[in-house]
Amino acid sequence: MNLEHPASRRGFLRQTGLLGLAVSAATFLPRMAYAAWNKAAFDAKTIADVYKTMGVEAPTASAEVQLIASDIAENGAVVPVEAISKIPNTTQISFLVEKNPTMLTAQFDLGPDMLPEVSTRLKMAQTSNVIALVKADGKFYTATKEIKVTLGGCGG
Amino acid sequence: MNRREFLHLLSAASAAGLALPLDPARAEQAAEALYDAPAFGNVSLLHITDCHAQLRPIYFREPNVNIGVGAMANRPPHLVGEAFLKHFGVPPATRLAHAFTFLDFERYAALYGRVGGFAHLASLVKRLRATRPGALLLDGGDTWQGSGAAMWTQGQDMVDAAKLLGVDVMTLHWECTYGQERVKEIADKDFAGHVDIVAQNIKTTDFGDLVFKPYVMRAVNGVKVAVIGQAFPYTPIANPRYMVADWTFGIQEDNMQKTVDAARGEGARVVVVLSHNGMDVDLKMASRVRGIDAILGGHTHDGIPSPSIVENGGGKTLVTNAGSNGKFVGVLDFDVKDGHVADFRYRLLPVFSNLLPADAEMAALIARTRAPFESKLGEKLAVSEGLLYRRGNFNGSFDQLILDALIAEKDAEIAFSPGFRWGTTIMPGEPITMENVLDQTAITYPHVTLTPMKGSQIKQILEDVCDNLFNADPYYQQGGDMVRVGGMSYSCDPTATMGNRIGDMTLDAKPIDAEKTYKVAGWAPVSEAARDAGGEPIWDLVARHLRSKKTIAAPTLNLPKLKNVEGNTGIAS
Repeated sequence: MNLEHPASRRGFLRQTGLLGLAVSAATFLPRMAYAAWNKAAFDAKTIADVYKTMGVEAPTASAEVQLIASDIAENGAVVPVEAISKIPNTTQISFLVEKNPTMLTAQFDLGPDMLPEVSTRLKMAQTSNVIALVKADGKFYTATKEIKVTLGGCGG
Repeated sequence: MNRREFLHLLSAASAAGLALPLDPARAEQAAEALYDAPAFGNVSLLHITDCHAQLRPIYFREPNVNIGVGAMANRPPHLVGEAFLKHFGVPPATRLAHAFTFLDFERYAALYGRVGGFAHLASLVKRLRATRPGALLLDGGDTWQGSGAAMWTQGQDMVDAAKLLGVDVMTLHWECTYGQERVKEIADKDFAGHVDIVAQNIKTTDFGDLVFKPYVMRAVNGVKVAVIGQAFPYTPIANPRYMVADWTFGIQEDNMQKTVDAARGEGARVVVVLSHNGMDVDLKMASRVRGIDAILGGHTHDGIPSPSIVENGGGKTLVTNAGSNGKFVGVLDFDVKDGHVADFRYRLLPVFSNLLPADAEMAALIARTRAPFESKLGEKLAVSEGLLYRRGNFNGSFDQLILDALIAEKDAEIAFSPGFRWGTTIMPGEPITMENVLDQTAITYPHVTLTPMKGSQIKQILEDVCDNLFNADPYYQQGGDMVRVGGMSYSCDPTATMGNRIGDMTLDAKPIDAEKTYKVAGWAPVSEAARDAGGEPIWDLVARHLRSKKTIAAPTLNLPKLKNVEGNTGIAS
């Protein structure tokens, strides 16, 4: 079997049950981070409060932080986003959705040997700015992108 | 008869809606003037797009409202009528002016006849290929959907016609509404060895693997030409997501750049994108991605006679759009010298069916495909007293007819009909057949809905769809027209921001109450819940309404009061 070919790779994973494992592995991550759960930050109702509880002061918009996501969400219930930091000594990457009731939606603490590239899926009820917040050497940097959530239909 | 008498007769005949018979000699002269475009250079690309399964000649009226906002205002494609003719230097009151604009439509349609039709298109393609050996035929998609026969054969009639026409490469949009398995089946079986489907922006939702080749490389007269595919980025949003459940789309601009670089790396001397983005999106993409010689575009159904030339970090990119419904063929000739494009010529040729002989083989295929459906398609439901058309940002007379039918048949207060841009035109006095109704409605999620909606929800829907049309950033647009609204009046400021465009909502002269519930009829729901709930297909409802009426007076268009659009060349005065 040629596992380089996407279709056969998928078939192989399916046969062996590895596909299920691959999917469930993703759910371990938040639990692993549970020890450092910043409850106050995840419960905060405004951006200012999130920043306050995280000790963020005047984060800088940086071209060294990349936020990759589609312009219009295909499904507001699962919006894939990816953040890449090129800033040295990046130790944490968080995702914030401005118009969600609680804005901080995910936080990744990175060890020294980890690549500062993380991806996750967000839930969004409406069109909103999404912010990738990067912590490096105790300072904070952001990249912001508007992701549109639409009712759909009526195209073409 | 002197010249004055002849002209008088001409105008009298056309005023009466009579088509003047074109004698063979004059027809050949007119055809030569139009179609004997001299070949140029060494690489030619023929481009068709958005034919929407129209195998036979039809009438198609171009829009009189096609507004551009922000940076898109008053530049192609947002020009209509006189402004369009002036911008492109098309002489008024000519065959070409008729092809590109709505001006005096009934008069000139009667004079110049129907457009498109695959048998006539096939003759034109053969004629062009005779002078341009090795030319590639590219199909921008929206080919398998838009007629009753296409729907009933799950696109098979169009698949067979495209193969016979000799399409080399295509990309996708409405094709996906037959479901991902059907698309793959056609790609892997029918098209194997004949037509390549390309799309750099369709990937699997699990691993992000490409579903189709991102591009194909073809040698044209010894020159390596890469054709990159760009499927409609918002297919799972504008159409039901469940039909492409395992695929994800999007504009994928970064991946487009990587794909262009890969094609250049593989030795491509010419790189073109076969795109279903829509023209505004193509223009923005052309300004940001380097290394594309031309984007051959569709989706927004803009018949644009000459390309927009867009500068970017890598040089210049041509952006074209080739109209819809089989009405046009784009001809792009490149002169490739010293490993790069040195010069080009572009023409958008209208397909006038009475100037082009029907190709016998294609005509036979079409007749064979239609045979099982002829009697059903041919049923005369009513006679139309007015011109029935769809295209336009806010409403069309055929859409008004659908809205009127929805309100009457569902006893609704308000009706919504999607702002599709496909759908043919019916001349005054012609019968409205079942085929005509299906040409406006043939989709795989056709259910009629009747929904209690609060005034606030109605406002939210109108704002949402309006933002898809008039967002100042084309990457946030979806390319359809505004949802057609029946029963209710409103105003629209296309230049405002999301949430602030819609106002003055009234029903029977009373303001719409945000908290009050209204009965709203509609069709084409995209949710799985709506699919499972079922409902009458819209064509049955419209057909029932037409049969009961027998004669349809010219519909009065319900149009919003527009604000802040003075001087916009996207509205005819």
